[in-house]
Amino acid sequence: MAEPHGSALAPYRAVLASRIRSQASYRTSFGLDLGSSLLVGLTELAEVAVLFTSVSAIGGFDLAAMLLVFGLADLCFSLADMVVGHCDNLPEYVRTGRLDVFYLRPQPLLLQLVTSDISLRRLARALVGLVALVVGLVVNDVTWGFEAVGLLLVAVVSGVATFAALFVWAGGLQFFLVNGSEMTNAFVYGGRYAATQPGTVWGRPLVVVFGFFFPMAFTAYLPAATLLGLDTFAGLPAWAGWLAPVAAVWAWVAAGLSWRTGVRHYQGAGG
Amino acid sequence: MLSVRPSHHLSPGPYPRLVAAGFRQQSAYRLAALAGLVANTTFGFLKVALLLATVEAAGGELRGYDVGTMSAYVWLSQGLLGSVNLYGRSEMAERIRTGDVVVDFLRPLDVHAAAVATEVGRGLFALLPRGVPSVLVGAVVVGMTMPTTPGPYLLGAVSVLLGITVSAATAYLVAATGFWLVETRGVALLYMVVAGFLAGLYVPIGIFPAPLFWLATATPFPAMLMYPVDVLSGRVDGLASVGLVAAQVGWLLVVGALGQLMTRRGRRRLEVQGG
Repeated sequence: MAEPHGSALAPYRAVLASRIRSQASYRTSFGLDLGSSLLVGLTELAEVAVLFTSVSAIGGFDLAAMLLVFGLADLCFSLADMVVGHCDNLPEYVRTGRLDVFYLRPQPLLLQLVTSDISLRRLARALVGLVALVVGLVVNDVTWGFEAVGLLLVAVVSGVATFAALFVWAGGLQFFLVNGSEMTNAFVYGGRYAATQPGTVWGRPLVVVFGFFFPMAFTAYLPAATLLGLDTFAGLPAWAGWLAPVAAVWAWVAAGLSWRTGVRHYQGAGG
Repeated sequence: MLSVRPSHHLSPGPYPRLVAAGFRQQSAYRLAALAGLVANTTFGFLKVALLLATVEAAGGELRGYDVGTMSAYVWLSQGLLGSVNLYGRSEMAERIRTGDVVVDFLRPLDVHAAAVATEVGRGLFALLPRGVPSVLVGAVVVGMTMPTTPGPYLLGAVSVLLGITVSAATAYLVAATGFWLVETRGVALLYMVVAGFLAGLYVPIGIFPAPLFWLATATPFPAMLMYPVDVLSGRVDGLASVGLVAAQVGWLLVVGALGQLMTRRGRRRLEVQGG
């Protein structure tokens, strides 16, 4: 696996640096991409805001609390998406035979796939999430202290890890579903959407699927509920937000199994 | 199967056959259709959870929507999602980018009408494996309020067909910018963001604050999704529903004329480049 010495990672560093330079060199295209990504984040925020023009709270969460959930979920998802989001392109890599090239190199497949691209334009999305999170923290009545800061740090790190696991999880399944990648989009992008909702609005099937199996409730909603002292879903204790790392570990166990199964199943594109 | 007849001015021409070809082409991707259905219903359940919680928070009625009509909105809009092009990507965009479109111009067909006809065929096919089953899942699992008279369904069918056609004709405009830009990914991304929001995909435009509502109705996007859903669900009925269909026809004429114009200018541009 990963070497302890920096020198083993040097090739990946060089590859990533070149990807970043190449994206920045097409200024107009890059600018348009950044602008559009920013707009995506803003419309998603507007969807939530529109609902609050008619009501003052949804599932016990007011606009301020929702902003915190949205910001946390969006920041974590965008960061994970920037680093491993292009695992989505796996069916394309399979079809064009590009994946077969990865198999020929003496390096771990997943690490090569991850470093095959890094989408800087998604920084704009992360920025929307970050601003929403900061505003959310300011407008809510947060009792600041080591505990609040610690909870936020744990939530962001675990949230990014959980979403990254979701992409890898989906990637493993895509070895089987080359023509059906929308099936995995249902839980990757559906999961992102679920993460921005307060779990209190869900019925039991959604609690099972997006509360625990794909542990989306642990990325933003539960940490926010713990931070603000709001009611949690499914009778979980008030400190359930601290369980975010457990959710991340579970997601990575599932992702690891899915990825290994997929890689072993792969027969090559016939190149 | 298709008999070859000498064409004369009374025959409908090749376009209905292109619609049929698009329909058949799409039927080859069964797994993709199933995957689309899974995605539609998953998002449907998440949307319905949030929106019904909002209706309840508003005291059971939110700007004319109750639990039943909001559920009908969610499932009908999810059902139409596979047929209506809100993504701005199309096969035509790829043909223009690679230069294959030059071959299309050599055929005795109107390039614009042929591309739109094929896309409409694809959209109609998607109603079978994605559209109808998503609505059924919603009706059975969640329940929804639907009209009890045949009128809204008949006019609704016309409205759905018009919605699919308006979306195909508008997505063609995105592709046609490729005559000048070559790479249209950025334009398509922009289209996707704006189209989904203003078509009423996430939240019905009826609950938008007034300025945003008027902004939406000044674009062709509600004619793709919101109007067919409103007509089919009977939320808008009588003369008002005929008005929505008339608005769809109006938008089809506008984006159709724009498509013709861009295709002619684009062709000249290709010729200048030596294509």
